[in-house]
Formats: sequence, C-alpha cells, structure tokens
Amino acid sequence: MYYVFDGSYAGFLCVVFESFERKAFDTIPITASVFQSDFFREHREVLTDAMKAKRVQQGLARRLGEERARDFFRVFLSEDPQAWLSAYKIMLQLFRGDTGILGNYGDTDVLYFAQTLKKVDRERHRWKAFTRFSKSNDGLYFAVIEPDYNVLPLVTGFFRKRYADQAWLIYDVSRHYGIAYDTRSVSEVQMTKEEEIALPQVSITILLDERDAFFQRLWQQYFKSTNIEARKNLKLHLQHVPKRYWKYLPEKQ
Amino acid sequence: MDRIEEKLKILADAAKYDVSCSSGGSTRKNTGGVGDASVSGICHTYTEDGRCVSLLKILLTNHCIFDCAFCVSRKSNDIKRAAFTVEEVVDLTMNFYRRNFIEGLFLSSGIFKNADFTMERLLRIVKKLRTEERYNGYIHLKTIPGASAELVKEAGLYADRMSINLELPTEAGLKMLAPEKDHESVKKPLALVNDQIKAYREEGALSRYVPHFVPAGQSTQLVVGATPETDYEIMNVAQTFYKDYQLKRVYYSGYIPINNNNTLLPSVGTAPPLLRENRLYQTDWLLRFYDFRLEEILDAGHTQLDLDIDPKLSWALRHPEFFPVDINVAAYKSIIRIPGIGRQSATKIVQARQFGRLHEYQLRKMGIAFNRARHFMRCADTPITLGHLCMAKVKSLILEQAHSKYQNKTPAQLSLF
Repeated sequence: MYYVFDGSYAGFLCVVFESFERKAFDTIPITASVFQSDFFREHREVLTDAMKAKRVQQGLARRLGEERARDFFRVFLSEDPQAWLSAYKIMLQLFRGDTGILGNYGDTDVLYFAQTLKKVDRERHRWKAFTRFSKSNDGLYFAVIEPDYNVLPLVTGFFRKRYADQAWLIYDVSRHYGIAYDTRSVSEVQMTKEEEIALPQVSITILLDERDAFFQRLWQQYFKSTNIEARKNLKLHLQHVPKRYWKYLPEKQ
Repeated sequence: MDRIEEKLKILADAAKYDVSCSSGGSTRKNTGGVGDASVSGICHTYTEDGRCVSLLKILLTNHCIFDCAFCVSRKSNDIKRAAFTVEEVVDLTMNFYRRNFIEGLFLSSGIFKNADFTMERLLRIVKKLRTEERYNGYIHLKTIPGASAELVKEAGLYADRMSINLELPTEAGLKMLAPEKDHESVKKPLALVNDQIKAYREEGALSRYVPHFVPAGQSTQLVVGATPETDYEIMNVAQTFYKDYQLKRVYYSGYIPINNNNTLLPSVGTAPPLLRENRLYQTDWLLRFYDFRLEEILDAGHTQLDLDIDPKLSWALRHPEFFPVDINVAAYKSIIRIPGIGRQSATKIVQARQFGRLHEYQLRKMGIAFNRARHFMRCADTPITLGHLCMAKVKSLILEQAHSKYQNKTPAQLSLF
C-alpha cells in the first residue's frame, strides 16, 4: 500500500503516524509528484497535520535525543524514495521499542540510512565551502547554488552565524527557492520564472558593487599564485572539486 | 596589472611552501561582528596540485635579512620583492571572507630590519582585524623567532593558531643550509606560547571571562628530502615536538627544489618526494589516532618507510602472529590494526555485532577496503584455515590489485639477446 504525502517533512512524519493509527505497517511513503496512480496500485492520501508531525518528531527526540532525531530530517532532504522507505522502516522499529536499531549496521535499511546521511552531510559541507557571494551596489551579498540534495535548510544557520552583520541571499536554482537574511531574521524567497532565467547572468540584472569585480579578479590571481606547479595532481583536484560545481566558483572561470 | 594584484601574486607565491592549511580546532564565536572560526575547518577550494585552500596565505613581505638556502625569499635570491601595508592585508582579508572565498588569514613574513619590527607589524594587522573590523574568523599567525615575549604574548590574544617552522629536522642539516639559525630559536618561542596556553586554560577553568589565547594550538613544519635524514630520524623529531610542546600538528613538506646555486640541495627540476611525504603523514596518523608506537613502525634497524606499501600494511605483513583478527570478538584496538579498516568502519563493526554475528556480505557493504582487509580478518562465515598466512603471498596479491599512480607503468625494456 502506498501512502501518498505532500512532499514536506511534516507530511512524511504523518505517514508514520497514520501507519500506527491504522496498524498498517507494510506501507511505502511516496510523494504526490512521484506517485503515478493506477488501478493496480493501492494507495491512500495522507493529509499533513502539523500537530501529528510534531508528536512523531518529539517521539523520536525522546528516544534518540534532539540531535540524532534530526538525522531523519537530514535523510529526508536527500529526496531519495529508497532512503525515505529505510527511514520509515527504522522509525517503525524505534516506536516499537527497538531504540538501539540505528547501530545495527549489518541491516540493509540501517546501513542505507547511515550512508544517505553521510551523503547529505557531505553535500551540506560542500556548499558551506563552495557558496560564493557577490556584492551588489546596495550592499546585499548574494549567491546562487545548485546542490545535489536539498541542503539549503541545513546551511542557513551556519551562514546566519557567520555573516551576522551583512545582508545575504542564497538561491537554490534547481529547487526554485532561496533564503534571505536582513541582519535580523531569515526568510524564504521565491522568484518569478523571468527573474530566475536571468540568474546565470546576475551581474546584468543586479548592479554590482564597484569593487566586486576587482576582488573576484584578485581571488582568481590568488588561486593561480598559490598553486605549486611541481606538485600538479589534476586527478586529486577533480576529486575534491568535481566539475559540476565549477560554474559557481569564480576561481574556475 | 594593478599594483595590489602584483603584490598578491608575489606574496602568495612566496607563502605557498608553507603547507599548513588547517582552519579548524578553534572555539571563537561570532559576537555581533562577522565570522566564526568553525570547530571543523572548511576547505573552500583546491588548487590544481590537489592541495586545499582554506586560508588567504600570504607573506606581509618577502624582504628578508636571512639567507637560508632552502627558502625562496632568501636574501641572495634575485626575485621581485614586495610588501603589503597593514590596511591592504585587512581589506583583502575582509573582502575575501565576506564573499565566502576563505576561512581566514594565514599571515607570515620575511624578516625585515629585525624580529621585533616584523612581529610588531604582524600584531598590528591581527589586532586591527579583531578590534576594528570585529572579525571572528580564523587567523593563523607566524611567531617570529627572536621577537620579544611581550609581542608574542599579545599576538596570541588575537590569533587562533600560531606556528614556527623547524624546517630541517636535524640541527646538522640546519647548520648546513641556514647557518644563521638553530633549533633553539624555534624551541624557545614554542615553549613560551605553550606555557601561555596552559596558563590561560587553567585560569579559564576557574572563570568564564578569560580571553582566548591561541585556541587552536601550535604547529610546525619539517622539510623532507632537502637534507639526508632518515624517516626514523624525522618521526623521532616529530614525536618529541608533539610531546614537548603539545603541538596540534606537525606538517611534512616534500622539498621542492628552488635553488640551483647550492650544490648540497637537490637541483631544480628534481621531482619532489611526494610519495615519501604521504608515507610520513600515514605514520603520523597511526601514531596519533591508531595507538601505534613509533618503535612498531620504524626502529634503528629499519629506518626508512616502504614506498610500495603503506606503513600499516607493512606492519601487518611483519606480524603474521597478530592475524587473522576475528571481527566478531576482537577489541576495537585490534580491529583498527587490520589493513583496510579505518576508525569509522571499526566503530560501525563494534556497534553492529551486538545485533548478531557479522558475515562477509555485510562487511563488504560497510565501506572497508575489503580486498585488502580480507587477508587479515575473520568473519562469521570465513572458512577456517590452519597455520599462519604466508605474508609474501598476501603482499603480492594486494599489490596485484592496487592501482597506484606512483607505480611504474612502463615495463622495463626487454633485452634483445
């Protein structure tokens, strides 16, 4: 039986809630956008209820502690239905009293959960490193990113702490939303199709600070000068900075 | 080219032989300004040589009164000289940091006029960053040997890490290439900073209001391959420095020939000993994180590390009596000694086996180097073998499967007759 939820994390948690409510433990969580309804696939629409979701998350936190309970959110952001299914099965076990289950790496689901968590975490770390800001003429620092997983919610706190005194905007072009910070609070922003299409040439649509190009150039110069030719190792270079990130890195232009 | 661009080119080029790139381990938080030195460092990009770029690594100036043969900035070297002003360094750092290019500043300098004059300039920069710009990002600052204690103590209040490079592992080597220097001039300031760190830490245990003092600790660098020291000598020196000055890191830097006028040094164009450098780092890790003692890896009779295999595998091959390790019952300390299994996998194994005996198919998926580890471990379904393993055979099996870029790819020319 497929349980179709709205694609949000709260919706995902409600699938778990409803499984227990209906004692239906062989369900598969899936989002409406992925699920294709047909005659042979039994399914049920799960409505998102913030209160139910909160109870599930609190239940996780009670059994695992706040920090480890958040791992389910992190794995959820992988947007991988296989990982969702593993996370779902693990949650069922947890709520049945098997609180040590996350250490059972010999189990396929636990291992897949742990490996997905690691992948998401690596991607999050990469965008802490590879996010590059440009400064506009009104003082806003903005960056465009395109992560493999939906990691923007996981780096927001980091950038907020780091750049507490500057206004910034980070926009995820593949998921069509961004996070903006105005030196007081963060908020989610969305752009129109036209604005988004113009993003690759942001410098045309947004007026840059007069010294921005200068510092981008200095950074490119620094990148060149700090390289040691005698140690050249392109294989290692590519391993650390895969090509898909290059278009967002001024030093690789 | 802009003047500042040219300066950056010269002074980044001169600073790049300092390999320290760490930007973690600090505890500095953002207090209303900009930046926080993360506990885990961040590598913001990687150069084409595969080294990470986390800090803006520059010299304040490459003018130097010393003439150390191994150094690119030596007095007698005919190169372009430049110097940044205090404002220029601050402006560069802040603008790079705010665009998320870097994790912080690595500031070193040639010695101009004298040690105190140089140290005083460095101090002025870090002080301005911390107090005027309210910058809380990472700062790695060089201690200038011979600078007065007051200047060093004050600089430590603004820096996250301080370091002095020993450069040549032995006193004899140093005398040969840098007659004006000695190891004592490095040890003294390392000890001074270390004592201060300890004093501040003790005070910090009693009061919350004690300022940071070099929270990310000290490090040093050893140049490998410029002088004829053995790996055993080098690791011995490193061990001593880790112990005596509680260093956070010792860096090993394969010497890159930059001087054709000194016949004692390898000539320009000689390939740097990258593989040897790698083996030294592996040894360093075994000593610090894998509970190995130096005598297990190297000793007076075995003074060089093998180049074709890593030091852990090398140790394992010399100790067949230790293997096979049964991963279902062995202690964590024994499991991390299995070649091909690291600390993370060992932790996973120890946790997972509480749920049932582990089989080969499970181990294969856990992220260990199975083809290497299988010779040294026993799982629940491993067939029992009698007697010791023939280690010579194991070695050739492992080498057969290895695809090292260092391996000689072209076979030797066959003889015609």
